[in-house]
Amino acid sequence: MIHLDTGDTAWVLASTALVLFMTPGLALFYGGMVRAKNVLGTLMHSIFAMGLISILWVLIGYTLAFGPDVGGLIGGLDYLGFSGVGGGVHPDGLGATIPHSLFATYQMMFAVITPALITGAFAERIKFSGYVAFMSLWLIFVYSPVAHWVWHPEGWLFKLGALDFAGGTVVHINAGIAAMAVILVVGKRKGFGKEAFVPHNLTMTILGTGILWFGWFGFNSGSALGAGELAASAFLATNLGAAAGACGWALRESRKDRKATTLGVASGAVAGLVAITPAAGFVGPMGAIAIGLAAGVVCSWAVGLKFRFGYDDSLDVVGVHMVGGVIGALLTGIFSTAAVNEFGVDGLIAGGGLALLGKQAIAVSVTLVFAFIVTFILAKIVQATIGLRVTEEDEITGLDLAQHSEVGYSLSEQGGGLISHAAQAPAPAHAHAPNHVTVPRGGEA
Amino acid sequence: MKLVIAVIKPFKLDEVKEALEGIGIQGMTVSDARGFGRQRGHTEVYRGAEYQVDFVPKTRIEIAADDDQVDEVVKAIVANARTDSIGDGKVWVVPVEDIVRIRTGEKGTDAL
Repeated sequence: MIHLDTGDTAWVLASTALVLFMTPGLALFYGGMVRAKNVLGTLMHSIFAMGLISILWVLIGYTLAFGPDVGGLIGGLDYLGFSGVGGGVHPDGLGATIPHSLFATYQMMFAVITPALITGAFAERIKFSGYVAFMSLWLIFVYSPVAHWVWHPEGWLFKLGALDFAGGTVVHINAGIAAMAVILVVGKRKGFGKEAFVPHNLTMTILGTGILWFGWFGFNSGSALGAGELAASAFLATNLGAAAGACGWALRESRKDRKATTLGVASGAVAGLVAITPAAGFVGPMGAIAIGLAAGVVCSWAVGLKFRFGYDDSLDVVGVHMVGGVIGALLTGIFSTAAVNEFGVDGLIAGGGLALLGKQAIAVSVTLVFAFIVTFILAKIVQATIGLRVTEEDEITGLDLAQHSEVGYSLSEQGGGLISHAAQAPAPAHAHAPNHVTVPRGGEA
Repeated sequence: MKLVIAVIKPFKLDEVKEALEGIGIQGMTVSDARGFGRQRGHTEVYRGAEYQVDFVPKTRIEIAADDDQVDEVVKAIVANARTDSIGDGKVWVVPVEDIVRIRTGEKGTDAL
């Protein structure tokens, strides 16, 4: 019997908006870290995902992830175009007290931000058409299957007993390892490892961090799919994960480089949020602090690996999301306690032994291998057909002008140019006029 | 007539400007500049990666002056831009053939 709860529904509605808001937050977080000539291109990689992925989720993505199970591997096609996704609840018990349409829309926001996370890795050199093709394919062939395995009650990793409260494997490990695969195909930016690629506006990045932290309450606490004790506990764990991550990164930095940096604190907060994501509904406050701290310290070390191994992960998606995601998923096996969540399992510290840690390790390994291989193939396909990378000239010019015919910052009034095509001008009366409208200037007939 | 060009530390601009006004200089042009001399640059750190930034922000001042005023102008700049530490900048003087005040068409020293 269907019993919708208005309190649960209200909280998940609000959480849905919070998770959507993370994507513009991510846009600012990434946008501040690139060079000024690429700021719009980088903002676009996140903002356009809100358009593209929302539509694809309704058309095909949702049904593959959350449609009726086919062999534990994929969802059936019953919900193509959201058909049958309306009133009532999800028949497999996903969000038993909220409308099915709300569950599907809440999941839409996760589907939007996950591929947007990957874009930080290939920032400053990707072709817009290639980005659109890659994002679309990745949603269908990587995101939806992994979401099904981990979150659908019949998914094989769910049935194995691996815990992922809000998307440590589905979102962060998945996006992080996909980032690694796609940059191996795209290649390094011109000058990587030699020239200084200095972030052009860290104030944007800090604002973006604040928005991500804020939105993450919807991401994690909303994943309780209700407004009760579990949501409150996950809310607290989320804040502590971020807080400890910021402290952990700043601590290591101030010991190693003698100064704590704002970018370090911002990165640490995000690393802590990433790591607490799978654990948020399964650990207590001290467990959350331990997980956040571990992520802050380890990720601040991991972002340096790209220089040692020579892969150009522009904005450290691998170092923050993959590494932070793996830390969170594995530490869930250590700090999980059934005292927090009636559906939880005791981890190592609560006396559950190593069983949960083993299952977590399997879920992590499977996601890493599957997402790496499939993403690599998808990137190769896009590269061979539409192309993934801009020309060298366009890369030097910057994505803003080369890919979007715009500039992010117009700070001088000099050299403004003249209008050659006026959108507001009335259409010519005669039907066979040239298809561009030219504002009359002196000398023209 | 001479053109005095100085590259100084940005925070010294107000003192230099007041000193120049004090000796009767009626106009100057100021712009943001970047450069290095013996001071070299500074280090920036982003996510643990250290970058050497060679070009340091400076302020460039240009003053057109009559021949008999030039020494005074240079002295005023040197006295007020000096911090006695490395990176204080430089002053140099170049000859000027002619100057025209656009509004009136006055030329030479009348245009100063």
